[in-house]
Amino acid sequence: MNQTQNQIKNLIDENGKRTDGRTADELREIKITVGVVKNADGSAFIEFGKNKIVAAVYGPREVHPKHMALPDRCVLRCRYHMSPFSTDTRKNPAPSRREVEISKVMRESLEPALILEDYPRAAIDVFVEILQADGGSRCAGITAASIALADAGINMRDIVSACAAGKIDNTIVLDINDTEDKEGVADMPVAYMPHLEQVTLLQLDGILTPEQFNECLDKAIVGCNMVYEIQRQALMQKYFGNETELKEE
Amino acid sequence: MQEVKRRYVVPGDKIIEGSFRPLMNVIKVGNSIIATRIGIAETGRDGVKVIPLSGVYIPRVNDIVIGKIIDHSSLSWEVDVNSCFSAHLPAQDVFGRDFSPARDDMGRQLAIGDLIAARIIAFDRTRDPMLTIQDKDLGKIPRGELLKISATRVPRLIGKRGSMIQTIEQATQTRILIGQNGIVVVMGRNVDGVKLAMRAIRMVEEEAHTANLTQRVKVLLNVPDTPQIENTPVTQTQSSQKGEEIQSAIEEVEEEIEEGEET
Repeated sequence: MNQTQNQIKNLIDENGKRTDGRTADELREIKITVGVVKNADGSAFIEFGKNKIVAAVYGPREVHPKHMALPDRCVLRCRYHMSPFSTDTRKNPAPSRREVEISKVMRESLEPALILEDYPRAAIDVFVEILQADGGSRCAGITAASIALADAGINMRDIVSACAAGKIDNTIVLDINDTEDKEGVADMPVAYMPHLEQVTLLQLDGILTPEQFNECLDKAIVGCNMVYEIQRQALMQKYFGNETELKEE
Repeated sequence: MQEVKRRYVVPGDKIIEGSFRPLMNVIKVGNSIIATRIGIAETGRDGVKVIPLSGVYIPRVNDIVIGKIIDHSSLSWEVDVNSCFSAHLPAQDVFGRDFSPARDDMGRQLAIGDLIAARIIAFDRTRDPMLTIQDKDLGKIPRGELLKISATRVPRLIGKRGSMIQTIEQATQTRILIGQNGIVVVMGRNVDGVKLAMRAIRMVEEEAHTANLTQRVKVLLNVPDTPQIENTPVTQTQSSQKGEEIQSAIEEVEEEIEEGEET
């Protein structure tokens, strides 16, 4: 017990700083580049702290095998995959139980933002490849995938932004990293559509009281809004350069 | 073009609030109009639309497309039109109403691998696009250099009343066929001219959203600057020239769409 107490204490020091020097409400540094995969219809590269993730979108394209096609809407297929070199010890490249699950929740978190009815009998493929993992890779993956979908020109109701919040050392903090995920008390990834103000993904690993849960969710949504601003900037940068307002000629 | 308000949008952006008609790439949520694509939002008197800057080609009725024959059954050809739906060209369209699969050899008219210019006569959510080549200046394209560009760049490549494509054609002594699906065929006797035209087309594709593009294309093509070029009407002296015909037909279709396109 003493041991665990000590460990939890170590996650936030006496100045209120976390293991990587952040305050409780601070995100890791986020950098997004749009259009990195030339062969894809849309793509994005995200650096979310030490996470390095490429997302590529293909489609709408023909569905193979044909029997998977839906007559009234488009099929969205997602693949979340961690490269063997993305973690400390080599990861077997075969899809693990965890990756299959994340692929599924990722699809379900992106689906509400897409207007799939616009492309009946077609398929959209989303590939998310984790090149370097550091906790919160599903959130970073969703963030990148949503930008890649927008880059591919697929009709969307809104952009999806994702960010985690959690509890370490009895404090609710934003954007859990790998150490905090492993040593902390709770981790809650949230995906959110900022304009529609709707949550599309909510998972929770750990134990929180109802009050803490609410605080955690609110904090995660604030984080999502911060992520959204960066997403928006990245998209604008690719398509309009540094101009933000259209000049009339 | 009066009182058109323009701005850059990404999906989810609220363009305007109030009773406006949603036209293209927008949805109505409550009382506001929301963009669904990255592009340039235009609020005009007739409604609100977003001119998209990315995306694959989705067929529309009356589009003129360039496609490749990929297969044929006993009654129709299957045509790849650079889209997620493969189009069908019925054999009756080529052979006439008395077509008989037993008597007529389909391979003789159009073989697998042939390139055709065609018009989409039918397409909806439930069926694949249906093509026709029974219109003037549609049909097999015998020769040329093939390029694929993004379908969203086609209006820009044509330019206002065909200004951009005319500039390229005249400067390089080539004929350029453009399909709405983003497939472009460049034909010309002079290899250097064709190469130059292809470079110009690539440049238009890459820099489509920037201002003063026509000027820069002219610099690339070494054309002396004549600002009046946009006002010259589309000349159609040689009606036998397929390129110009198809291009002008495309322009007609495009007229409404690209009116708002910046030049």
